[in-house]
Amino acid sequence: MAETAALKVAVEQRFVGGFTVTASLDVVLTPGSMLVLFGPSGAGKTTILRQIAGLERPDVGTIGFGADVWCDTARHMWQPPQSRRIGVVFQEPTLFPHLTVRDNIQYGIRSRSGVDQMTRRSDRGQTGVGIGSDPVAEIETMLGIGELGHRYPRALSGGEAQRVALARALAPAPRLLLLDEPFASLDAPTRLRLRREVRALLQTTGTPAILVTHDRSEALAMGDTVAVVIGGRVRQVGLVSDVFSRPADAEIAAALGIEAVLPARVMGSSGGVIEVAVGNVILHAAEREPIAPGSGVYACLRAEDVTLETRSAGQASTRNHLAARVVSIASEGPIERVSLDCGFALDALITRRSREELELTPGAHVTAAIKATSVHLVPRL
Amino acid sequence: MDWTALWLSARLATATTLVLVAIGVPLAYWIVFSRARWKFLVEAIVALPLVLPPTVLGFYVLIAIGPLSPIGRAYVRIAGHGLPFTFQGLLIASVLYSMPFAVQPFAAEFASVDRRLLEASWSLGVSRLGTFRRVVIPLSVRGLVTGIVLSFAHTLGEFGVVLMVGGNLPGVTRTVSISIYDSVQSLDYAAASQTSLLLLIVSFVILASTYSLQRSVWLKPRH
Repeated sequence: MAETAALKVAVEQRFVGGFTVTASLDVVLTPGSMLVLFGPSGAGKTTILRQIAGLERPDVGTIGFGADVWCDTARHMWQPPQSRRIGVVFQEPTLFPHLTVRDNIQYGIRSRSGVDQMTRRSDRGQTGVGIGSDPVAEIETMLGIGELGHRYPRALSGGEAQRVALARALAPAPRLLLLDEPFASLDAPTRLRLRREVRALLQTTGTPAILVTHDRSEALAMGDTVAVVIGGRVRQVGLVSDVFSRPADAEIAAALGIEAVLPARVMGSSGGVIEVAVGNVILHAAEREPIAPGSGVYACLRAEDVTLETRSAGQASTRNHLAARVVSIASEGPIERVSLDCGFALDALITRRSREELELTPGAHVTAAIKATSVHLVPRL
Repeated sequence: MDWTALWLSARLATATTLVLVAIGVPLAYWIVFSRARWKFLVEAIVALPLVLPPTVLGFYVLIAIGPLSPIGRAYVRIAGHGLPFTFQGLLIASVLYSMPFAVQPFAAEFASVDRRLLEASWSLGVSRLGTFRRVVIPLSVRGLVTGIVLSFAHTLGEFGVVLMVGGNLPGVTRTVSISIYDSVQSLDYAAASQTSLLLLIVSFVILASTYSLQRSVWLKPRH
């Protein structure tokens, strides 16, 4: 199962009403890695995922995974979802309501092993750990659902049901796991916990995964690579840090959010302030959740939260004072966008009047000030 | 009381129901899951007996299985006798006549199974047929029971089609409803009222127990 495989997608699907989804992806999925399909709602992310799953059939195009051709309309080749050996988790848990949790989890294993037909009738309810279900038991333990085996889906909470759905998808050891906003309908604490568990589980089992989400912090926290989908098209594909820090055009930048996303490492924390290193530069951020020293995070900064001073002011409440050089200044109506180099690239938005008062020109040396509360940290899972 | 007629009706209703389950489940499956454009034609044909007078249906069945049709001639060659005015002929007519009462509840229930459950099953490697057996059928118990009961009860009470195709041969084609008609024709109101009352009670008990079962027996998927 732990294979490195290239996923190549080049498809087009036209829907009634004119919406067209055009996807072109060429991504290498290493064991345990995650590709995020990121974009606004209705952009076509789910359609692309369903095409990869085989639940949607493109009008034209090809889909290949490793050495397998899943779809090639020109050669009339088509693999149904049954023979793709994938796992799918939808936004809703979609558990089989007439089966217990255990029977749900083992649903896909039985169909693939073939030895089940005889045991099926006798083992309703109390299956125990009989049928060599060690990997399954491990998955159940990791997801904390080992005790729920005899229950029916209607007796589960939303988080429990989604955990069972994950276990069910992973139990047959799929080559690729497809996640369609699986955390979206959960409450926030459950969502955060489950993200962490899923990431760990995929790395343990070595299963590569594709995650559809419109949640930026989810994309940052979980993704290794990201494909940005806007208006039915895949617009940019790359490493998460690359894509977020260097969006290919303004529309992509808008979809990704207006913040600068800086890969950083946690140095330590004291008094409610976390110290992170972005390259050689130290930033201070308000501690919203405890993050262990040494962990990788993304430090996110909004350009309007960056203020500029020509000389270092006295100790105000602003914790970050960065020596910076003005690279360029672009006018955006009454607002000026000042691109800075302060060890990393950073934009500041100031009024034209401020620029005139500060007498800013390219090459000038300034101090960029950012409040610790404006530095948002997203831990990488 | 015409016990012979009652026994015949019970046998006919049972046989019809069995045949309708065998034909109706695959037919309903096809109607629900096929992507054929002309599906609506099949649906319309299945529903025809609901609106057609039984005499019209009976007439065409009589012609279709009679000695002048290819089917009728083929049957004579194999069985040595014709289909009209036999139990087998009656069975064919009953199956057609009660078809919508089985197929429509089956199809409605199959269609009401959450499509996402089917997709989940397919993605877990289970074939379409396997998914039908392991997901659709268990979640359609109510519709299956309804279709079976309605087919049985409807066949028990059929009259016009039987008269056209089967005639009125005691022990062969004289069903309970024809027996009641006979009794009334010969002014034997006592026999007619006995048989009628029995039929009324049987039908009511069957339907009442079905409805009560449906309340408790199975659980629909809830999300």
